[in-house]
Amino acid sequence: MKDPKDTRVVVGMSGGVDSSVAALLLKEQGYDVVGIFMKNWDDTDEFGVCTATEDYEDVIRVCNQLDIPYFAVNFEKQYWDKVFTYFLDEYKKGRTPNPDVMCNKEIKFKAFMDHAMSLGADYLATGHYAQVRVHEGTYEMLRAVDHNKDQTYFLNQLSQEVLSKVMFPLGHLEKKEVRAIAEEHGLATAKKKDSTGICFIGERNFKEFLSEYLPAQPGNMETLDGEIKGEHDGLMYYTLGQRQGLGIGGAGDPWFVVGKNVADNILYVGQGFHHDALYSDGLIASEASWTRGEVPTKPFKCTAKFRYRQEDSGVTVYPLEDGQWKVMFDEPERAITPGQAVVLYDGEVCLGGATIDTVLKDHEAINYVG
Amino acid sequence: MKSIYLDHAATSPVHPNVIAEMMPVYKEVFGNPSSVHQFGRKARRILDEGRRRIAYGIGANEKEIVFTSGGTEADNLAIIGTARANISKGKHIITTTIEHHATLHAVEYLESQGFEVTYLPVNENGRIHVTDVKDALREDTILVSIMMVNNETGVMQPINEVAELLQGHQAYFHSDIVQAYGLMDINVTSLGVDLMAVSSHKINGPKGIGFLYIREGTILESLQYGGEQERKRRAGTENIPAVKGLQTAVEIIEAERSTYKEKYLHYKELFLQKLKEEEVPFEVNGSEESTIESIVNISFPGMNVETLLTNFDLSGIAASSGSACTAGSVEPSHVLSAMFGSEHPKTTNSVRFSFGFANNEEDIVEAATRVSQVIKRLT
Repeated sequence: MKDPKDTRVVVGMSGGVDSSVAALLLKEQGYDVVGIFMKNWDDTDEFGVCTATEDYEDVIRVCNQLDIPYFAVNFEKQYWDKVFTYFLDEYKKGRTPNPDVMCNKEIKFKAFMDHAMSLGADYLATGHYAQVRVHEGTYEMLRAVDHNKDQTYFLNQLSQEVLSKVMFPLGHLEKKEVRAIAEEHGLATAKKKDSTGICFIGERNFKEFLSEYLPAQPGNMETLDGEIKGEHDGLMYYTLGQRQGLGIGGAGDPWFVVGKNVADNILYVGQGFHHDALYSDGLIASEASWTRGEVPTKPFKCTAKFRYRQEDSGVTVYPLEDGQWKVMFDEPERAITPGQAVVLYDGEVCLGGATIDTVLKDHEAINYVG
Repeated sequence: MKSIYLDHAATSPVHPNVIAEMMPVYKEVFGNPSSVHQFGRKARRILDEGRRRIAYGIGANEKEIVFTSGGTEADNLAIIGTARANISKGKHIITTTIEHHATLHAVEYLESQGFEVTYLPVNENGRIHVTDVKDALREDTILVSIMMVNNETGVMQPINEVAELLQGHQAYFHSDIVQAYGLMDINVTSLGVDLMAVSSHKINGPKGIGFLYIREGTILESLQYGGEQERKRRAGTENIPAVKGLQTAVEIIEAERSTYKEKYLHYKELFLQKLKEEEVPFEVNGSEESTIESIVNISFPGMNVETLLTNFDLSGIAASSGSACTAGSVEPSHVLSAMFGSEHPKTTNSVRFSFGFANNEEDIVEAATRVSQVIKRLT
């Protein structure tokens, strides 16, 4: 290991409290810290101010407080090509994409990593809540100490090569400690609200945003038996297991989205949170990535998350041919959604993840989930 | 590691003599030049003397100089001020695609107010064609605004020829001479312009001051409302220490121009020579023979300007893309886009180096060495 003062760490700074504190901690440890702001999306708020400009102003304020150099880099084109295009394509297919996973894979830990390395950096650091350790010569990604903030779900596609060059200075901290550190040091972003939702949509109405890019095709809402219950605004606006916004009244249990038929533009609905159609016992996934580098060749047991901030569930993973993976659940799971990531864990270690393509029930593909 | 400043076209260090002349004014002359007492008169004397001295240097009379907060305000006042005051004569304005944003955004504003603007193109060398001005000129043209030296490429524009062409036409001729004034001998009579914008901080003067030359008889509306300062053309209490500083900076460049020209040309040649020796692939943007001595805009094939500038800075070299930034990230240069087309790689792989007062020969060689190291590492 080089001396920290000879070790250049590029910190990806968003203008938020987390990356600000990440930079602060590295600076305190004596690293040669360089703050870099990424501009991925061109957006202007209702007052004509570019939201990225506001965030970059915060980056400048914090970097000046820490006395570290700051720069910006523009990845709008790469983001559009690699993340946003994928995002729209997935919706067109009736799936529910995860742009954060894709952004980490293609932008933050690829294009941005390359940029950091071109600046002579030894490491790239971010304000993500996750941990990296070396175990018997292998880099391992661990859940953050603050399980509630753990972001390994979104980082599941990171490779050995990437993990060997990243630092997550917040991984061992609780979110409230991070805030406290920011306040204690009077950082300009100490009281800044956490960003919510998908970065390019921000606080805006999701439906409105999507309709700017994809034509909405209204169609029927039907039960799986073909009974018409109403009209939907466009399949892309709904996700499996959703209750809100269906507008079906009447007696009995509330109504939920239980499936989609993209070919015929039908939204399937059913009554009750625990509607049988929402439950499955396995899935097929592709685009797998394994954080420890080694690709499993035999079936194995582990735990899995099928969406962010969900409790882990016990599963058995079977390698299939053509880079596909079958994941069988110990207990039936509700609302497994094609397009989302299935992320695997061995205790605290995140093993990697894949994209859910097909949902299984009794070893058969469920054909009504898109 | 020594930091080397090669961004004099962005701003320049203040000359020590300028500071020396300003200090006593800050300390002793605090009066308001409009006041009817001795404190005011003392300040007014410095204001008048500065104005007279600056006017003298460009062959103007002192009534033709209006102090502003800088180059941007001077450009705005020239363009918007004359457009508003001469609307009865027409609503057509001619400018170029390579102007500074102080001009471009001012004419864009006028477009939104119903004026018509013709933007003249430039060739690959970064120069406009005088015949294009001739073709664009209409009976109702009220203003032609063309910069003398482009801030990104350093390419000089044919101001004399345009002025000649405009002889006898009603249109006023404004030139942003911010980048030219430090090295070019300017005389308003031989130049034939009606308005000229100058900034102090580009010529080793203090920030926050500049001036607009307004040929006598030019009709222009003030953009600020308030007191009757600057003969009602620029309301607001005058910045007396800065006037003194600007005056001193002007005196220095008038005495040193020819020395500076020679020196900066030498720096430029030395810098390019060193890059060649290091076998760094590069191309100079803009015609070299019509480029001002202090600026060189270099394209590094296969590179990315953001990566270059960040790397240069981390190696202690301050340079610039010369273009505007949004959220800190470098947008493709509008000047290079005008020269080569908006998709041309040169718009995103070019860096402006500008030499000046802060440099010496040793620094130039050292800077070229470090630049070469970065390019080689990234290749």
